[in-house]
Amino acid sequence: MFVKIEPRSEPSKAMKYLSPLIAAVLMLISGLIIFSLLGKNPAEAFHAFFVEPVNDLYGIGELLIKASPLMLIGTGLAVGFRASIWNIGAEGQLAVGAIFGGYFAIIFYDYSGLFILPLMIAAGAVGGMLWASIPALLKTVFNANEILVTLMLNYVAVLLLALLVHGPLKDPNGYGFPQSVLFGDSAILPVLVEGTRLHLGVFLALGGVIAGWVFLQKSFTGYQMQVAGLAQKAATYAGFKYKKLIWIGLLSGGLAAGIAGVLEIAGPIGQLLPSVSPGYGYAAIIVAFVGRLHPGGIFLSSLLMALLYLGGESGQMNLDLPSAVTGIFQGLLLFYLLAADFLIHYRMRLDRSRLEVN
Amino acid sequence: MDGDILIQILVASIAAGTPFVYAALGELVTEKSGVLNLGVEGMMLVGAISGFIAMAKSGSLLVAVLCGMTAGALMALIFAVLTLTLMANQVASGLALTIFGVGLSAFLGLKYTSIALPGVPELHIPFLSDIPVAGQLLFSHDILIYSSLVLFGFISWFLYKSKAGLILRGIGEAPKSAHALGYNVIGIRYLAVLFGGAMAGLGGVYLSVAYTPMWVEGMVAGRGWVALALVVFASWRPLRVMAGAYLFGGITIAQFHIQGFGIEIPSQLLSMLPYIATIIVLVLISRDQKSIRLNSPASLGLTYHPNNQ
Repeated sequence: MFVKIEPRSEPSKAMKYLSPLIAAVLMLISGLIIFSLLGKNPAEAFHAFFVEPVNDLYGIGELLIKASPLMLIGTGLAVGFRASIWNIGAEGQLAVGAIFGGYFAIIFYDYSGLFILPLMIAAGAVGGMLWASIPALLKTVFNANEILVTLMLNYVAVLLLALLVHGPLKDPNGYGFPQSVLFGDSAILPVLVEGTRLHLGVFLALGGVIAGWVFLQKSFTGYQMQVAGLAQKAATYAGFKYKKLIWIGLLSGGLAAGIAGVLEIAGPIGQLLPSVSPGYGYAAIIVAFVGRLHPGGIFLSSLLMALLYLGGESGQMNLDLPSAVTGIFQGLLLFYLLAADFLIHYRMRLDRSRLEVN
Repeated sequence: MDGDILIQILVASIAAGTPFVYAALGELVTEKSGVLNLGVEGMMLVGAISGFIAMAKSGSLLVAVLCGMTAGALMALIFAVLTLTLMANQVASGLALTIFGVGLSAFLGLKYTSIALPGVPELHIPFLSDIPVAGQLLFSHDILIYSSLVLFGFISWFLYKSKAGLILRGIGEAPKSAHALGYNVIGIRYLAVLFGGAMAGLGGVYLSVAYTPMWVEGMVAGRGWVALALVVFASWRPLRVMAGAYLFGGITIAQFHIQGFGIEIPSQLLSMLPYIATIIVLVLISRDQKSIRLNSPASLGLTYHPNNQ
């Protein structure tokens, strides 16, 4: 081997920002290979998957609609991830947020007014945070691993949602289908840009990302989270209260996911269904990592991840590509990122001594 | 409750616990080497669909088992390259493996959702299987259940009685010292991770080929995560892993029996049971921080590279 791997004396800043790009490019190349393995013309499939969905204004709107829960949840999760608090429970927190928000949409079905949407969003935020407070409580009091607790609660929350739409929240005139009534107009986020489905929720999500940026980059608590993630002992010596950081780390994810749940049911879905998310809570984990746990990066990576969802749908419609390909792309993207991050701490060099010998 | 039902429940608990046995014993070996692979769920799913496809195409249980184990090991290989060679964070890499496995298994299984397999016949051992009670409890299972017991015996012997097992545990406790003694830490960890993957794959095969002989997207349904929790419950000891696996097998099937007794509880509420039980047991075990610190392999989850110390 003429290539030598050696540690860098300090982590490369350039590689830190380049590695998500390398990962995205590698994922696209893998896409071409997967498409040809599936017997499709790679160029055609690539176009259907990655270009077609966003080549008009409507498509861009759809991209932002899909990206908004991802960027919102990704930002909320990044707060915890920075302090090495692993909230894997956004999928469940989203479902509970949707239940809480949807409940108010249903009980105020016969009313109209500007109070309904804010109430739904506030309820969703409370619901998401309540669900996230379970792992926070169990971790701070009993030292229970938050990864396992949040994950188990995802299954519980999704079952809870199914239970409710099969029972108390079911539309009485819905011919027995497990779904709620279609929400009234006052419980639906208004469309703001003509010619698209871009609704108010997209702008709320963008606002959430900016709020996350202010918190993480400008506040002292945000700084404490960062320090605790890099060196927990140093943080303790500095007098940071780690338990407080655990609560903040988990609740911020719950808050974001709960609101995202309401934005989904009051936006594209318009009612409560047994399933309100195609795995946004898990995809947002990838979004947070690929975005380098920075709100700006998370915004960009949420667009990429949203494109994978849209591409999956478009590929299925136009080329009969199975939409499950989306999940493979998501996983590959994170694999490539983790692999490319190797170059932050190590570099490859031509091994001169061996070249000379030869 | 009459005795027959009790025996039926016990027999069913053993079957329901067997996927946990395979996956958790495999993860136990991985963790003993100091590596935490959170991708068990993904490896089980890919093992389940690979074994299912192999069974549907070949009709041979042996081929299905080999395919499922190979698929699980290949998944684990991705994790091993990322964490052991490229020194990526083990938590993030394990999550990535599960997300990837969920997607890959859904994709591979697209054409297999409406097929049912014949299942795996129970072994009938002359005389022994006909003994009342004990015969049913001990000698009425399929071969994959018996081989899971053999696996348990092997792992208990390997970890605590063999030299190789001693080296593996040494690497998990103190990789630097093991390296200084001349052992290939990375190489041995590779083997431990691959073994864990193969066993998770086999647990998946048991689910899709023997336990419920059909393929349903996401059919592992969190069992991989429960298996991870089981290793913690068991304080990293094989015998306790077995006890935990059958206990959780019992909880998994409790939902069917509660309904069987005519108690009216919504099915979703009953389906929550195993997940809530996992949280409760996790809380009970985690309260004793000292015992966890004492029993868990000292280097668990930490990145290691010999050239970088």
